[in-house]
Amino acid sequence: MESLHSQLGGLQYDAAPESAAIANIQKEYGLFINGRFTSPADHKTFSTINPATEETLSMIALADTKDVDAAVQSAKRAYEKVWSKTTGAQRAKYLYRIARLIQERSREFAVTETLDNGKPIRETRDIDVPLAAAHFFYYAGWADKLSHAGFGQDPQPLGVAGQIIPWNFPLLMAAWKLAPALAAGNTCVLKPAETTPLTALLLAEVLQQAELPEGVVNIITGDGTTGVALVEHPDVNKIAFTGSTGVGRMIQQRIAGSGKHLTLELGGKGANIVFEDAPIDEVVEGIIDGIFFNQGHVCCAGSRLLVQESIAEDVLRRLMRRVEQLRVGDPMDKNTDVGAINSAEQLARITELTAAGEGEGATRLTSTCVLPSKGYWFAPTVFTNVSQSHRIAREEIFGPVLSMLTFRTPEEAVQKANNTNYGLACGVWSEKGSRTLWVAERLRAGVIWANTYNKFDPTSPFGGVRESGFGREGGRQGLEAYLNV
Amino acid sequence: MLRLVTPESSGIQIPVRKNLPVFLTESGLRTELKKLSGVDAVGAEARVAKLSTRSLKKETKKSAINLAISMVDLTTLEGADTAGRVSSLCSKALRPDANDLTAPSVAAVCVYPDMVATARGVIGTSSVQVASVATAFPSGRASLAVKLLDTKEAVDAGADEIDMVIDRGAFLSGNLFKVYEEIVAVKEACGSAHLKVILETGELVTYDNVRRASWLAMLGGADFIKTSTGKVGVNATLPVALVMLEAVRDFAEEYGEVVGVKVAGGIRTTKDALKYLVVVNETVGATWLTPDYFRFGASSLLNDLLLQRSKQQTGNYARPDRFSGD
Repeated sequence: MESLHSQLGGLQYDAAPESAAIANIQKEYGLFINGRFTSPADHKTFSTINPATEETLSMIALADTKDVDAAVQSAKRAYEKVWSKTTGAQRAKYLYRIARLIQERSREFAVTETLDNGKPIRETRDIDVPLAAAHFFYYAGWADKLSHAGFGQDPQPLGVAGQIIPWNFPLLMAAWKLAPALAAGNTCVLKPAETTPLTALLLAEVLQQAELPEGVVNIITGDGTTGVALVEHPDVNKIAFTGSTGVGRMIQQRIAGSGKHLTLELGGKGANIVFEDAPIDEVVEGIIDGIFFNQGHVCCAGSRLLVQESIAEDVLRRLMRRVEQLRVGDPMDKNTDVGAINSAEQLARITELTAAGEGEGATRLTSTCVLPSKGYWFAPTVFTNVSQSHRIAREEIFGPVLSMLTFRTPEEAVQKANNTNYGLACGVWSEKGSRTLWVAERLRAGVIWANTYNKFDPTSPFGGVRESGFGREGGRQGLEAYLNV
Repeated sequence: MLRLVTPESSGIQIPVRKNLPVFLTESGLRTELKKLSGVDAVGAEARVAKLSTRSLKKETKKSAINLAISMVDLTTLEGADTAGRVSSLCSKALRPDANDLTAPSVAAVCVYPDMVATARGVIGTSSVQVASVATAFPSGRASLAVKLLDTKEAVDAGADEIDMVIDRGAFLSGNLFKVYEEIVAVKEACGSAHLKVILETGELVTYDNVRRASWLAMLGGADFIKTSTGKVGVNATLPVALVMLEAVRDFAEEYGEVVGVKVAGGIRTTKDALKYLVVVNETVGATWLTPDYFRFGASSLLNDLLLQRSKQQTGNYARPDRFSGD
């Protein structure tokens, strides 16, 4: 058939890069213990790189057992001498200050995060940083109202919280952890991920600016050994971990019998369920947001697309047209949709799993976008002809890779969505409210989105069931993780 | 690496015209319109909010401004319009920037039917089109006979394009077939003149209605679908434009007929105009990025585009008085 073709993106956008100089990254960073940065010269160091260029951004101190002990002792001292005697209203004052300072320095945070993580500046600017500030604002409001939170007359904090956060939302995860812990009256030792320490260190500067009492928050950088030392430290009363299911399991084993409190936010294999009466154009955007937001480095990513068979062809055609349109490249460019993969290690895992997908007989559709020659990149990819037994339908890929499956009836959709070890998040798309509710109450997942995906708000609790972990972050429920209830 | 998606298959495939179906009954038309998917308002608004953050720089910005100028339907639709006012608007349309002849002329002038002859006299045979509103603009509250006569007079006076309004009362009361019949009849009365069908989306209110009315207009034979008259409280908005662009895209894929979109009312700044162009670019693409298929119905927008155009060229903002009022 003769046909006319309209090329999407006919208007070529010239480069619109944000300035890297805004970040003001130091050559080297020490550990943030007792309100001060230690000298980097006193530690072994490791480098943190820009995954989009593979250039070294800074040298970071590696905290050993002694350093971890110093940080925990500092937190313990601050808890006993200062923070446990600080009123809720006073704690709120500091949290409000931190929130406002994050807003004031938002551009610096956004640029630093994009350089260190590889995610697009559009996302750090419009999502990560504003949400981080919003979490501090939200929990500032709770600090003097704990007796009204539904956890008894006078709920008490736990003491010292050891908090280990991942590399996919470095600043935002720090905010998710610190804000409720401080509001509830705990002191903290926070360990950012090895590949993305910079925004946590910038946050340390903000804590100094906010004049948060010394030792209330300590930030220790390092690798897995640092995390183990923190988990095993006898003076830590609570561990909060976000990361992989494997590491979460290991933490749970290590602290078994120690009496430490634990919350885990682990992996996921979210199902995005699309019924034939769904709003098709918004469905396509929802699928895109579900899996290509943050390069798919999202624990609640909608990585399994379940489409009713009657519209599967139409959805796939529209989806691939949109995938082809995604602007992949320089994360610092304001028009970039999909940035760099965070590390060589993660890229290898994505590559391995997609190869397995092809090997098992699924059909691979990959964007023809041109990838930069340096850095870690993976083109947005969709698999069709995926069956429930394929690895790409079962294992968390944690990358821009979507597996598309089909279903015939609501019962089958629920059965397929629940056929996983995980249970973090699901999406349901339908114009029929009664069906959405019917499906939602049968899905085993901590978060269920209706006609949207990957929407976050500090007032809404987030967390998983089964191998996706336990405990909630955000909302009134998020306080429970840091109160002795 | 396997790359099954080729650029050729990733854009919008427009088959060469299939015949449009003809509807003889209300039920046939309803069946066709029932096939349309709903619009999720939150999602549609989120999509345009995201597109609004696109940053156009350097050459992209220059060419987008020139493109936007060439897409303007320079409009005067006032009770106080006179031959003098319309003539001066037409001169402006032909030569928007008196100090810089490299500025493109606009797409069309848009006037009331009784001013078409005056406009034609000034525009002559140049590439600028003469558009006229018709069919008892803006309310559309007249009999079909009056609407057809209104249309015919404008065409006879030399209008290249007719901007008709749909009967919103009929649409909102569910009498879709009446709306359809009127569009078919006006299209017939237009002869070779292009027909733009104004949906008056501010009165249709919901995005579902906008999508349905867009298809109704296209099935009736519209060459363009247009958001608004500019005479009600809510005029063109980005999410409404998105929904209409999705409609023309899907219609082109279904019937091989490329229908244009005109956004009108309330677009006053270059910044706004560029946001619309981004939405066009990323929803329907290159085929629509021409005055043949996308228009801005506006008056004050033109001078802001010229101001920003000269800023891009000289690096400095000129005084507003450097550009003629109309």
